[in-house]
Amino acid sequence: MKIHEHQAKQLMAGRGIPVPLGRVARSVDEAVAAVRPLIEETGNPVVVVKAQIHAGGRGKGTFEEHPGVRGVNVVTDGIEGGPSAAEDRVRELAQQMLGSTLVTIQTGEEGKRVNRLYVEQGIDIDRELYLAVLLDRAASRNIVMASTEGGVEIEKVAEATPEKILRAEIDPAIGLAPFQANQLAHGLALDGDPGKNFMRFVKSLADVASDLDTDLIEINPLVVTKDAQVMALDGKMAFDDNALYRHPEIADMRDETEEDPAELAAKNAGLNYIKLDGTVGCLVNGAGLAMATMDTIKHVGGEPANFLDVGGGATADQVTTAFQIITKDPNVKGIFVNIFGGIMRCDVIATGIVEAIERVGLEVPLVVRLEGTNVEQGKQIIEESGLKVTNADSLLDGAEKIMELTGVSQ
Amino acid sequence: MSVLVDKSTRVLVQGLGKTGQFHTDKAIAYGTQMVGAVHPSRAGSEFHFEGDTDHSGVPGRDDTYAVDLPVYATVEEAVAETGANASVVYVPPPFAADAIMEAAAAGVDLVVAITEGIPVADMIKANRYLEGKPTRLIGPNCPGVITPGECKIGIMPGYIHARGKVGVVSRSGTLTYEAVHQLTLLELGQTTAIGIGGDPVNGTNFVECLEMFEDDDETEGVIMIGEIGGTAEEDAAEFVEAEMSKPVAGFIAGTTAPPGKRMGHAGAIVSGGKGTAGAKIEAMTSAGIVVADTPSGMGEAMLRAFG
Repeated sequence: MKIHEHQAKQLMAGRGIPVPLGRVARSVDEAVAAVRPLIEETGNPVVVVKAQIHAGGRGKGTFEEHPGVRGVNVVTDGIEGGPSAAEDRVRELAQQMLGSTLVTIQTGEEGKRVNRLYVEQGIDIDRELYLAVLLDRAASRNIVMASTEGGVEIEKVAEATPEKILRAEIDPAIGLAPFQANQLAHGLALDGDPGKNFMRFVKSLADVASDLDTDLIEINPLVVTKDAQVMALDGKMAFDDNALYRHPEIADMRDETEEDPAELAAKNAGLNYIKLDGTVGCLVNGAGLAMATMDTIKHVGGEPANFLDVGGGATADQVTTAFQIITKDPNVKGIFVNIFGGIMRCDVIATGIVEAIERVGLEVPLVVRLEGTNVEQGKQIIEESGLKVTNADSLLDGAEKIMELTGVSQ
Repeated sequence: MSVLVDKSTRVLVQGLGKTGQFHTDKAIAYGTQMVGAVHPSRAGSEFHFEGDTDHSGVPGRDDTYAVDLPVYATVEEAVAETGANASVVYVPPPFAADAIMEAAAAGVDLVVAITEGIPVADMIKANRYLEGKPTRLIGPNCPGVITPGECKIGIMPGYIHARGKVGVVSRSGTLTYEAVHQLTLLELGQTTAIGIGGDPVNGTNFVECLEMFEDDDETEGVIMIGEIGGTAEEDAAEFVEAEMSKPVAGFIAGTTAPPGKRMGHAGAIVSGGKGTAGAKIEAMTSAGIVVADTPSGMGEAMLRAFG
């Protein structure tokens, strides 16, 4: 689960990790009201207005409705005009940003609607660094990743200059050891006060990762300020969904407006569904087989409309819900049901399909491939229903048949 | 021979909830030596299983079975009483990593964790705990391990399997069934099929399974089934090129998966341009692995690899 930057910073601040002062704003008035207290408290007339969406690249992203406005805006009007000039500019920006669509390198062309802003104090930056805590799957450990190359895409740094990426494995029984924090500080050429502040920062961040079950914490950039502070200028956090049960306060931070409504409905029904852009709807049991079904549709010249794994123990009701979610997608020109029954029994799937069609109707061709446990009963249920269903003998056969029926040539 | 499990394997079940009961029954029907259960709140009782024998499993048995499985409070006690050398974990996610560690502490040789949804941090700790101990962990979030005709530990349907010459190792449950089914139809059969699981942090990896199959006399070839996320398949490809004398076929799921989205399995995600199907297929192909275009072609890919 992802959270917003302002929430990540709130979590960090709560654990003594330095972040700039800021206020979240859900309306233009709230954004304007945030300006004066920030300026007065910090003595810095510069403020920053940042769009809060679950995607990166905001600094370079622009609004569909206002191409001149970026996702992150530094407001310097206060330097000469005082707080009221800063307020005027923030009002103008908030009016343009709130409710508009921000398109960044990570949102795709359709962009994301901005529903909240974060108004933050300006910071006098001396150096920009990169810091993250993430899982190293091969090592079976979380690692700290740090780099002198802050503020840029870390994947590009890793590719072009891998020697600029520092790593430290976190032993789950020990945590990040002080010597490792020192090694990282040394590698980033941080000494004196910035070095000490960095060591404290990275140690706390590693603790946050382990205490809160994060999948990823990324601070890009981590900045060293002109007065030797080490501070998170940005903050991205994602959490392990499987561990949310022990962090109800984080589960409460979920922003459902950031999620696709169909994906949300599926999740609430205990289904794994991901919407894609194609025309062939898929209903499959098992994540690997569901992916492979999409791949096979592509292999025979089609485009999958979705990933859908009904899981190992789906009920007929869940299958019906799955069917409803698929048929709701107006792009779907045909549906391919691919089941290899292990725990999942073919007769349960067949019953679910028949019930779903009786309830919601079926306007597009349907190909069903059943294999595995109770396959004969499953086929019989579909046959006796009198529904117009095309049977397939294998995954490939099914993919080819749905392509023929949807009239898309290979 | 086979790897990991055979007819001498004595299995404990940890977690006798609905799922644990259902699959314990199926395992007994298959002929697996289920010797006890660990379920603290039911310790001291016996759990009764009876039904019709699954004749696709261990041969030479009566048509029905009736077993009273003793239930113990701890794995340590269960091992002492039953001589179990393997354990299967159906314990719910919040407690599953602890169950794995308990089995390791009791000296069980093989722990097969079926449970899906264990927090990553718990698995990191469990793996740390297993370091330096002789216990091997398979899974979690996997279908289990089966040596056809001898021992079935896990949730796979027994009857699609047939004893033969191909080792199967996979991150995906249902794709394992696809491969196994095709191998059975092509009369190649399986020595042992191992589901290593779909989580980002697991116990045994591809390379360790390939090593076991390479050393197993009965195994003549291997099918490895991977998916997007991580670099385990690339590591496996490197091992195949450097160390394997036996032919290897494979398949990678997720060519069409969009980046940044978790495709059902917690570990199936392309992030930061890493873990793509394309990179894995390329690594495998250049290591001499015959990679099937579609999952329907896995059996044939194995045939081609045999030459």
